[in-house]
Amino acid sequence: MEEVDVEPTITNIPAISDGKHMGFAWGPGDILVYETRYKASGASGSGCSFIHEIRKDEDIYSPILRKLFNESHHIFVGLQTIREDLPSKSKKPQFVSISKNYRSVIRACMEELQQVAGNTFENMLLLVSILLAIELIWNLCEVLFIDAAPAGSLLLHLLDWVRLHKADVDEKAREVLQSESPAEHRDYWDVVVSYVLQGRLEEVRQMLVKQANLQPAARSMYKQMDTLLSKMPFYNPGGTQTLTEFDVKWRHWHEEVDRCLQDNSFASNRHLELICKILLGDEDTLLDHKELLGTWYHFLVTRLLFCHPTVKLTELHYYAQSCMTMFLDSRSVPEPLDNILLAAFEFDIHQYCFHCEHVPIPSNGNKPFCPLNVCVMGSVVCLCVYLCFRFLQDYCAKGTFSDLDLIDNLGPAMLLSDRLTFLGKYREFHKLYGEKRFREAAKLLLSLMTAKIAPQSFWMTLLTDALPLLEQKEVIFTADQTYELMFCLEELTSSLNITASSTDRPMQEEDVEVTKVELLRLALARNLAQAIVKEGTVEI
Amino acid sequence: MESINAKYVSQKISKTKWRPVSHSDLQLPEIFATGSWDNEDNRISIWSIGSNLSTGMEDGFEGDPQLLCEHKHDGDVLDLQTISVSQLWARAHRYPCDNAPCTGVVCSSPEIVTVGEDGRIVVFRADQEGVVRVIENADSSTIHAVTYLRTTEILTVNSIGQLKLWDFRQQSNSPSQILSLSGDRVPLHCVDRHPNQQHIVATGGQDGMLCVWDVRQGNTPFSLMEAHTAEMWEVHFHPTNPDHLFTCSEDGSLLHWETSSHSDMPSFLQGGRNSSMVSRSAMAPAGGKQPLISAWLSGDSSKGRLETTHMLPSQTLSVNSLDVLGPCLVCGTDGEAIFVNRQVPV
Repeated sequence: MEEVDVEPTITNIPAISDGKHMGFAWGPGDILVYETRYKASGASGSGCSFIHEIRKDEDIYSPILRKLFNESHHIFVGLQTIREDLPSKSKKPQFVSISKNYRSVIRACMEELQQVAGNTFENMLLLVSILLAIELIWNLCEVLFIDAAPAGSLLLHLLDWVRLHKADVDEKAREVLQSESPAEHRDYWDVVVSYVLQGRLEEVRQMLVKQANLQPAARSMYKQMDTLLSKMPFYNPGGTQTLTEFDVKWRHWHEEVDRCLQDNSFASNRHLELICKILLGDEDTLLDHKELLGTWYHFLVTRLLFCHPTVKLTELHYYAQSCMTMFLDSRSVPEPLDNILLAAFEFDIHQYCFHCEHVPIPSNGNKPFCPLNVCVMGSVVCLCVYLCFRFLQDYCAKGTFSDLDLIDNLGPAMLLSDRLTFLGKYREFHKLYGEKRFREAAKLLLSLMTAKIAPQSFWMTLLTDALPLLEQKEVIFTADQTYELMFCLEELTSSLNITASSTDRPMQEEDVEVTKVELLRLALARNLAQAIVKEGTVEI
Repeated sequence: MESINAKYVSQKISKTKWRPVSHSDLQLPEIFATGSWDNEDNRISIWSIGSNLSTGMEDGFEGDPQLLCEHKHDGDVLDLQTISVSQLWARAHRYPCDNAPCTGVVCSSPEIVTVGEDGRIVVFRADQEGVVRVIENADSSTIHAVTYLRTTEILTVNSIGQLKLWDFRQQSNSPSQILSLSGDRVPLHCVDRHPNQQHIVATGGQDGMLCVWDVRQGNTPFSLMEAHTAEMWEVHFHPTNPDHLFTCSEDGSLLHWETSSHSDMPSFLQGGRNSSMVSRSAMAPAGGKQPLISAWLSGDSSKGRLETTHMLPSQTLSVNSLDVLGPCLVCGTDGEAIFVNRQVPV
């Protein structure tokens, strides 16, 4: 999937003058910013002694959001453990129940947020609207993917979905009905038409009665409309009627409504004629009422309700794209939410996920589902290396090891890293030396260098450790071993010579190094002589 | 399973502890404390699940924990104990240049013993301001937990897999006994002692193994069980029914171990190594206790069985802490939830 280039948000630092070059440093939850003297051209400017700390706004909603994250994560994880061996049929009710559980968690979060209104009203609105969008999308997914209703039921579920997310109709209706003369309220017809668009025909009939009472002369017209509305068939999934029978009945009704329109039965009342056209699913009429519909997906469901109530899942995407195109202006760009819903309707899971990931959601960055142990192994090894380095430094400085019990009990952990192995083996060398097992100690010491277990920076120390062994009365290092030690010394000094020429090191230090090397060369030479003699001697 | 409910509290819970109730009252535990971690502002909170609250809560579920009060806490809460005290001992644990985390605390009123990452053991008294005794260099690694063995002896576990016994009657600063697993040096995170038979000790460590030790005999564990697939954070014997043991772990599970032996000795004291544990799906049938297929109980199967049950309804993030008192169990997780079960079958 390609990445979408999203413009990063820009934060202005008011305290730093315009055009100044800034320096910064990351902190644990914030960033420190300061003015620098740097100028792209010309002399460097004056500095400023202030350091600015930038951090995200205290998110007072984060405790509520954290509950949402954690609870939904828990549900998600529980979902993964649904037994694989069950047939999909028996899994479906479980999935639906999980889906409803998840939606209730979102709704609970929204309610809590609404209670914590506070004075950051805009933020709260934004958060609530995002959660509403999430619930909307999820509900649609539940209908399309999880419930996966067959034709007939599908439309009913979609109708429920639209009604659930368009609560403003009821508010307006309440306002109208509570007024003195509802039928004369300016929003009266808006409410009636909105009810028609949502297929809530019972409510339409109740509202129309009030209007009919006001216009006794038009009583017969209202009666006719009432009959039409009452006869509109709605599919009953639990009933005995098959889908085909329902379809026939519906077409029959549709033709009747069409006849009424052609007969000009409602010609004298533009409102009733409008309702008639909506009942026929006339596209232009529907599009005339964009403000009442509000969204393209409402338009889609209404259109399906009055044109093709037996729509199947697989046919949805034909209608979805065309409805969105028709509804949205040529000028307006689909919002992320629109893209997500469209992808859902088109059953394009990839596009759906892709769009979901690019919806900007305000968060405090704390995600509870970060993999917990991803970096542990890596960091453990790094820590080991660092600790070894410190131990060795310690040793060089003090001449003894601290925390011997730790090193003594490394166990198999020794194999974790080379440094650790070296540390363990070096400690072993000291132990052997302490037990006066000089030959074994010598062999181990040499192997530390020849097997490249010891870092070269430590070789000087190792060779210095070899000195007492070389100075013993008894010959410990064999001739071959001595040659190898000499080779190590030469390797070390040749690499050191390259750096020794720099003038950074003080004269005294260089002298000490030189003396050490000389001592070593002498000791090695003497040992070599003795070893050759000893090995060449034949006992008679 | 239905008797457990979850409450999401927007903080990762590191420790939970019931407030003790007096046995004479036959009361059920109602109040517990929790400590949080990994927050910028950590808190110690006191919760109640009792019904003795005001009737202001209309539709709080019965048993839904209600927050009574909270207190801010600097740093992660690593251990909790209940004792009546009104003192603060600062810098009890430290490195030469910095403070060190105090990882464990245990009380036997009025004495308080703490252990820390600095490898020291410090003893306080509730009624005294200063430190009563310090054992310096008790350990060169972190001491993870401490518990009382007897009134004058404590047990500590450290991150190189050693269980150390300390006798306060002795003046020397070295342990009177060191027990450890040979081979791997696996950090031990928790330790608990059998309430009645004080030589029986259980530990849990980074590899999720449950070890049972007899401190009188030998210096290796008596039995080992592969309990969890990740670090075991806490192990608790039930205080009044010690045939029951509870463990919780990083792998998101809380296990209830029940031994039902005919002999006096619990089965996990009959020695041996159990290397096979039937893995249970989280959706076990209700009341799903399944007998453990254990290789080391071969021989005399009438001698006892060990049953293990998952206590949480489905897998969560790490369960960091648990406490059990009577029939009530409380635990806290990294999923920022507290689970309370008031009908633990013990």
